Amino acid sequence: MRAAGWKWLIARRLSQAFFVALFLAGPLAGLWVVEGTLASSLTLGVLPLTDPLILLQSLLARHWPEATALLGAAIVVAGYLLVGGRAYCSWVCPLNPVTDAAHWLREKLGLREGVTISPRLRLWVLAGALAASALFGTLAWELVNPVTITHRALVFGGGLMWTVAVGIFVFDLAIARRGWCGHLCPVGAAYGLIGKGSLLRVSAVRREACDDCMDCYAVCPEPRVLTPALRGKAKGFGPVILSGDCTNCGRCIDVCPQDVFGFASRFDKREQTIGQQQGEYVP
Amino acid sequence: MTGPGEKKTVDRREMLAGGVRAVCGAGFFALGLGMLGRQAETRAAQSLRPPGALAEADFLAACSRCGLCVRDCPWDTLRLAGIGDGAALGTPLFTARAVPCEMCQDIPCVVACPTGALDHRLTDIKQAKMGIAVLVGQETCLNFLGLRCDVCYRVCPLIDEAITLERSHNERTGKHARFIPTVHSDKCTGCGKCEKACVLEEAAIKVLPAELALGRLGGHYRLGWEEKRKHGESLLKDIIDLPDRGYGDGTATPYGGAERGANGAFKEFKP
Repeated sequence: MRAAGWKWLIARRLSQAFFVALFLAGPLAGLWVVEGTLASSLTLGVLPLTDPLILLQSLLARHWPEATALLGAAIVVAGYLLVGGRAYCSWVCPLNPVTDAAHWLREKLGLREGVTISPRLRLWVLAGALAASALFGTLAWELVNPVTITHRALVFGGGLMWTVAVGIFVFDLAIARRGWCGHLCPVGAAYGLIGKGSLLRVSAVRREACDDCMDCYAVCPEPRVLTPALRGKAKGFGPVILSGDCTNCGRCIDVCPQDVFGFASRFDKREQTIGQQQGEYVP
Repeated sequence: MTGPGEKKTVDRREMLAGGVRAVCGAGFFALGLGMLGRQAETRAAQSLRPPGALAEADFLAACSRCGLCVRDCPWDTLRLAGIGDGAALGTPLFTARAVPCEMCQDIPCVVACPTGALDHRLTDIKQAKMGIAVLVGQETCLNFLGLRCDVCYRVCPLIDEAITLERSHNERTGKHARFIPTVHSDKCTGCGKCEKACVLEEAAIKVLPAELALGRLGGHYRLGWEEKRKHGESLLKDIIDLPDRGYGDGTATPYGGAERGANGAFKEFKP
């Protein structure tokens, strides 16, 4: 890998730390900006937020929730329709640093072996969890959800529940490359569905400058999403990465030596040609 | 030879197989989660839900496990279930013997609940039904032993309504009264202050989930006296009121005058 930028990675780690600090400021320092957990929270006593997947499970389990939860989920969906569905995964979720750490260690140790899982499996996990909620009338995924279990452990004290996060780490390190976030997690799958229509996207705005160094493919947690935008011009694909699986982590923007990528609106079909940018055409 | 049509069939078959595999996998996964859900419905008797909690199965369909009720409980009564708490992971509960419910007038835990797992229609804490206190330790309760402990009765927020002291004869001494703490299920909120205050090493009075604490009559049971009151008179008319037959002289017994001993039992019985 050539000279890599760190801007978006650092911003993302700061964001993850910010959300952890926000939820911990109350219990640890008595600064009650946010009460609750990522499942449902109340900010400054006025802003209710509720995880849309939890609300959906509840609806399927035939419970009609109070307006607070409905409003909270609507606000969350609206928010992620703006900033990118799986921005939740890369900028907020407390498990992302865990799986990123596992991935980092996996690369360091040169572990290449692993189970191959289809990234579509998470959609079936999501379907199964929703079916179970409907059939058995309970919040089925919340019985085992590592995301909410870990966040609850963080905010309310975990004890044995930390083993869930450790398990995810070990799974990603030893069993499957980017196994959890990239292949199995139905929370990510649900936010991915929201992301199919979200406004803020990564765009390969200078894709003409791409010299096939593959650095972006190496760092991208969902490398499939790059191809149409980066190399699909001949097939009529625009430069914007439209796949809901893209987490808007911005790591590709960081590492690209040719500055191909940038954040853009999904409707922004413009492309910078080399000539426009640098004044001369470099073949 | 593979024509284009043939290839298409294979693709379709593969697609179908893949689809069936995925649906079966998701189905098995859903079944597994469902069984886990059933398992999670069994709640340990000492793990009590906050006031206003829906019936357990409905509660588990509603509670998002966010902990907002726990945060707004001013007495730190509530906590979220961990592993080994005998309740679905992350759901709110309290243990009366550890910290009972103080029955706040404004019920902040219910107000905080965003989903309605704690029913917002509960506005009078006296109507709460977190459980029912039951005096299970009738061999250890000091009042049952004939002493005047009365602590459970004294601490009850609904004294003389939810718990009353009922007098009975102390058979042991033959001349004293026993003051039996008696819970009235229609008034008891299950706050657990009695269980917390019980002076015994292991509380003699315990709050249990209502379904454990209360018996239930068969749906077809009719209580004669209730029916009579509703109807204004006995439903069965012209009942012949037979004279009560005593056992005093021996001749009127069903056993034709068998001899009785000093304790009233038959000396011998010959059918």
